[in-house]
Amino acid sequence: MNTAVAPAPTRPLLAVADLHVYLGESHVLQGVSFDVPEGGVTALLGRNGVGKTTTIRALLGLTSRRGTVSFDGVDISHAPTHRIVRRAIGYVPEDRDVFAGLTVAENLRLAARDAQPRYELVYDLFPRLRERARQRAGTLSGGEQQMLALGRALLNENRLLLVDEPTKGLAPLLVTEVARALDHIAELTTVLLVEQNLAVVRRIARDAVVLDQGRVVHSGDAAGLLADRDRVHRLLGVSGGGHA
Amino acid sequence: MSTFVLLTITGLGLGAMYFLIASGLSLIYGLMGVLNFAHGFFLTVGAYGTWWMELHLTGIGSIWLRYLIGAAFGLALGAAIAALVELVLIRPLYQRHIEQVLVTVGLAIAGTALVQAIWGGDQRAFVTPPWLNETTDVLGAKVPNDRWLEIAAAAVVFVLLQLFLRRTRYGLIIRAGVENRSMVQALGIDVRKAFTLVFAIGGVAAALAGALSNVYFGSVVPERGTSLLIFAFIVVVIGGLGSLGGSAAAAVVVGLAQQYANYYGSTGMGEIVVVLLLGVVLLVRPRGLAGAVAT
Repeated sequence: MNTAVAPAPTRPLLAVADLHVYLGESHVLQGVSFDVPEGGVTALLGRNGVGKTTTIRALLGLTSRRGTVSFDGVDISHAPTHRIVRRAIGYVPEDRDVFAGLTVAENLRLAARDAQPRYELVYDLFPRLRERARQRAGTLSGGEQQMLALGRALLNENRLLLVDEPTKGLAPLLVTEVARALDHIAELTTVLLVEQNLAVVRRIARDAVVLDQGRVVHSGDAAGLLADRDRVHRLLGVSGGGHA
Repeated sequence: MSTFVLLTITGLGLGAMYFLIASGLSLIYGLMGVLNFAHGFFLTVGAYGTWWMELHLTGIGSIWLRYLIGAAFGLALGAAIAALVELVLIRPLYQRHIEQVLVTVGLAIAGTALVQAIWGGDQRAFVTPPWLNETTDVLGAKVPNDRWLEIAAAAVVFVLLQLFLRRTRYGLIIRAGVENRSMVQALGIDVRKAFTLVFAIGGVAAALAGALSNVYFGSVVPERGTSLLIFAFIVVVIGGLGSLGGSAAAAVVVGLAQQYANYYGSTGMGEIVVVLLLGVVLLVRPRGLAGAVAT
């Protein structure tokens, strides 16, 4: 008699089911469904304009949506943005969205939710933020603004980070620096990463979800996907290069 | 020389009242994107609240004490009504800007009509503390003392608001919210509380302008809020939406320009000069003197 018990399926940290978003007349997300397992980095990939940023914004309730979003088994589909974030979800937006008129220190102070915000972790990871603490965020370089946006999300002990194109528009040297930081961040928390730079994805992502025309067309192992050059070219329209 | 001094200080007094109304308007628009046409009604509430309370404090001999208690009541009423307006009328209409404008215009009209229905449309005399009716000699000019009160009140409000914006967490939230409200929410902050607070602060400042306008004009009248609101809107646009510093600078410029033009030009010229000033700023610097930064 076989007494072995099959392991219980682990509940995903984030489960997205049948997500629809309309922006004006445009049906941008047409029933997106995917899971993000706890731990590691899940990359959300796709060509420009397929709805990656819209997906992230919809998960946070920053755009009106239909469908089900569960975080750690709790339905957050109808929760307002601030309540979703307070469930320990951090957000690093596509255009950084640092508060230009506030200093670096004020940007961080505003983001601090926990009783003991992790300033040391942030300053260790991005020493330049400490140096520029009194400088207005609007006067920082693009790379420094990205560090600030990442630092803001790292201040609190989030269980999930939604990171939208962190290397977009950065010089190759800064891409490497940000990729290294993401590497470190991925050891601390689960990350859902939107990224065009496949070298960065190859370096840090364990799983990948690919969107095309508002639908999921691939979901699974990132390394397997990226090893298949034809598939990468067909789904993403790129050959897979870039700095990391 | 004495005329110029008198005009300058009177212009600053008028500018002080414009600033008190404009500060709330500017923060409300900067943070929430709400063009609050009912803001003048908060001034009327403050003016009538002060007048009504002062009228019912006949047991107190000191007119100063009656005025101060009356003003405190007017300010509290202004804050309460402003917060109530935000919670009941504005909150259900977030992101629906046309409807917000319609609601606030409707409230301004209905509010003024309500005051007229209760106390009549005629102006009513306001009992002013005696010292405020006297004058002080400045370089040969006999400056009415109430001007000092108006200027001092606006300066205190300006400093307090700056301290609030720079030293408190809610101030930080408001400054950030003026730049990017969605991102503030995405940091886990319930920005709606800041909305109510900003409305209440705006209500207090406008009500203070109402309490001071009773002294400046020596009377209360239902339409005062509406008439001063027009200039406050001009101040907000010239100063830059969302900027307190810009509003303060613009209020001084508008108050002085109005006084000088009315005296050295002709009566009514002041209003024309202010509108011309607005046109020039819109052409040369469309985002106003300071732009959309809560400073």
